[in-house]
Amino acid sequence: MMDYDVIVIGGGVTGTAIAWYLARYDIKVLLLEKECELCEGASKANSGIAHSGYDPEPGTLKASLNVRGSRMLHSLASLLDLDYMQNGAMVLAFSDSDLKKLEKLKERGSANGVSYSEMLSKDEVLRRERNVSKDVKAALFFPTSAIICPFSLVYAFAENAAVNGVEVRTSAPVTGIEKRRDGFVIHSDDLSFASRSVVNAAGIYADRISAMVVPEYFSLTPRRGEYVLLDKTEGFVTSTLFRTPAELGKGVLVTPTVHGNILVGPDCIETGEKDNTATVSKGLAAVMESGRKSVPELNYRTIITSFSGVRAHPDGNDFIIDMPCPGFFNAAGIESPGLTASPAIGEMAGSMVAEYLKAKKKNNYIETRKKIVRASSLSPEKLNDLIATNPGYGRIVCRCESVSEGEIVEAVRRGAVTLDGVKRRVRAGMGRCQGGFCTPLLLDILSRELNVKKEMLGKKGPGSEVLV
Amino acid sequence: MRALVVIGAGASGMAAAISAHDSGVKDILIIERGPEMGGILTQCIHSGFGLHTFHEELTGPEYADRFQKEVLKRGIDVLLNTTVLEIDSHFIRYINSTGIYEEECQAIVLAMGSRERARGALNIPGERPAGIFSAGTAQHLMNLDGCRIGKKVVILGSGDIGLIMARRLTLEGSHVLAVVEIMPYSGGLKRNIVQCLEDFSIPLYLSHTITEIKGKKRVEGVAVSPVDENLQPLPDRSFDIPCDTLLLSVGLLPENELTKKAGAELSSTGGPVVDDSYETSLPGVFAAGNVLHIHDLVDYVSQEAEEAGRNAARYILSGECDEACIPVVPGHGVRYAVPQFISRTGKDALIKFRIAKPMRNAVISLISDGRIIKRMRKKVVSPGEMERVSVQKSLIDSELKLEVAENDET
Repeated sequence: MMDYDVIVIGGGVTGTAIAWYLARYDIKVLLLEKECELCEGASKANSGIAHSGYDPEPGTLKASLNVRGSRMLHSLASLLDLDYMQNGAMVLAFSDSDLKKLEKLKERGSANGVSYSEMLSKDEVLRRERNVSKDVKAALFFPTSAIICPFSLVYAFAENAAVNGVEVRTSAPVTGIEKRRDGFVIHSDDLSFASRSVVNAAGIYADRISAMVVPEYFSLTPRRGEYVLLDKTEGFVTSTLFRTPAELGKGVLVTPTVHGNILVGPDCIETGEKDNTATVSKGLAAVMESGRKSVPELNYRTIITSFSGVRAHPDGNDFIIDMPCPGFFNAAGIESPGLTASPAIGEMAGSMVAEYLKAKKKNNYIETRKKIVRASSLSPEKLNDLIATNPGYGRIVCRCESVSEGEIVEAVRRGAVTLDGVKRRVRAGMGRCQGGFCTPLLLDILSRELNVKKEMLGKKGPGSEVLV
Repeated sequence: MRALVVIGAGASGMAAAISAHDSGVKDILIIERGPEMGGILTQCIHSGFGLHTFHEELTGPEYADRFQKEVLKRGIDVLLNTTVLEIDSHFIRYINSTGIYEEECQAIVLAMGSRERARGALNIPGERPAGIFSAGTAQHLMNLDGCRIGKKVVILGSGDIGLIMARRLTLEGSHVLAVVEIMPYSGGLKRNIVQCLEDFSIPLYLSHTITEIKGKKRVEGVAVSPVDENLQPLPDRSFDIPCDTLLLSVGLLPENELTKKAGAELSSTGGPVVDDSYETSLPGVFAAGNVLHIHDLVDYVSQEAEEAGRNAARYILSGECDEACIPVVPGHGVRYAVPQFISRTGKDALIKFRIAKPMRNAVISLISDGRIIKRMRKKVVSPGEMERVSVQKSLIDSELKLEVAENDET
């Protein structure tokens, strides 16, 4: 007797996207995440861009899923209530060789099916983006490029999946997989779950999960990317500003985030360590210098934080989405443009699983999801109504991001158990003081809502307790 | 329509409200986001407050309590747990658990105080584990919430809050392993170096900085490196200090999000540009205390706020608005000077400023249009202490410049 029809391993954007897609079928789905919160790996530390799709090699999965994913995100933005804004992207050219690269990118974009791109003269670039370096020669503009809060996408996928019956278990690392005649048994410490099929979406650890079932099938190279995040400066840059692509990716970008900050990064360093997300001063310095080549006036005195994420670079340079043995599926090697491609990866891998299981669609599928209300974005009339029903929405806890107690309580109700989990869901502690003022208040609220002692509360999971 | 709204019930907000009231404006509202009056003083349970104002040594809560009693005695309206969302010259929007409110007012005193610089401002590389606190956050957790924040602690920055927290942590049983300061001198008051570090044998590493934070989940240690004269780390001489907690006491920033949003002109202090009545570039909007520039002693915050409150009252009662036409310019050796403009009204102007680096036998010169109009000598000056100088307005022509130099000649 099987517990589940399919178990998805990994609670990042890929795993939750697959769970979201599978949720429309009449099957039993379990999602396992090793950390105590979702969105802990590369999904939480990336550029937050919904790329138009000009960059990947034509004919690859990266190319087709990027372009498909970009279009899907555009319509999912309202269905799943994402923090998403189509702001367009420019690839800036600073030399003659850059100009040639722009021509190639334009061709590559059309080969990939990017419906529109436009060559901009120097004057036009500077008219649209007054802070771009005057050394710019021209730019290629992709209007379909967008900015997206990566956390909002993961939580949206997971919450919509859950409301449609997908079971989500956190703090559940996969410690072994047994292959049985009729399926698999997945071990997670003391627990085990039997399932007819398994999807491996374990991010940078996907090669290890794969090796539990199919030895030496693929390996992943960790590539670290570092970023600096600047305070909000309205209108400083409006489009996402790329340089022409380099050997190891799209190079350092300068972009507004969907919440109005400025993000600069990433670099690309092969560390050989899957869990090394430390920033290094040399790397940060290089990122900052590179950012200033595009936008000389970047004010690094307004840096709020720096961070890095680890990309899972696959041997073959393309996404690995396949079924190497019956019932075992990979969605692995999902480096950039993985965030953009995620709904399309969910659709592709999900369809493969559904076909394998001969699953039928549900008739009571819920297509939409609502995000946590942001009190500060409401009109005074609506906010007054909300406060009348729940006074917590009138108590501002995080002053920098104007986050109310009501929002924080709702974040806990939706699964937040750590300070980082609250921060990613509602932005408390995400602003310029980086939790300086609200950390004590958040500990009080979390302790009360979760009914645990403050000393038990962590920034991330066990071992990261804030108090001693 | 309110006469006066004061934003913040800390040291400066309370003093401003009291003096405005005593100057004849009775219709005053103080809006405070915290659960009680006193602002940051409520968590400063050490003594040393009030030596100038009350000629006795009080703790922060005691100092706050004296002002709070005066506020209550006058029946001034106070809204607690209330956050101001937006201001304009004569308009204010605020929110609390009963709803969102808008009010017209004749004048506003900004008294929002400051916030601490966070790790990002220093861009210290490494992982992002738990156990990194700004000193004020640690102070809140320890002194207001009764929590313990760490066992083995390293403190970066030797500003006053860092020094006081070194002592406080030691008294609570934590082991403070080092205070690390990038400059060749401390940014704090001399008395705090002695009473908080030397008395407890806590090592102070001058001309050192932290170049890496170790530990993935909780801090496991820091890499400390000496710096050269350009403040660049010398990695060859770097050493590790294992610890579970890192406290950052790396400076305060005037908190002016509301001010900025309202379109007031800001100065290099991070606070609004003001004249010697403490009026900002927005008519009827005054500012005082740490929201304007960072003070060393709370007594001076109170004095400045009293002045701002008095001027706000004068503005409300008489509609008078001085034309502040004389720019105050920080010259050689001076980091900033407040106010940025002075008017011709009144006899004297009080200028507050900070010097750029420590000096012995310093000569402070006030220069008007190339002519020295006042000269003062001081044995020791340090950027950690705010300097104050009064100047007779009738001596100034079109500009006032401040210069500080070390006196080698005599």
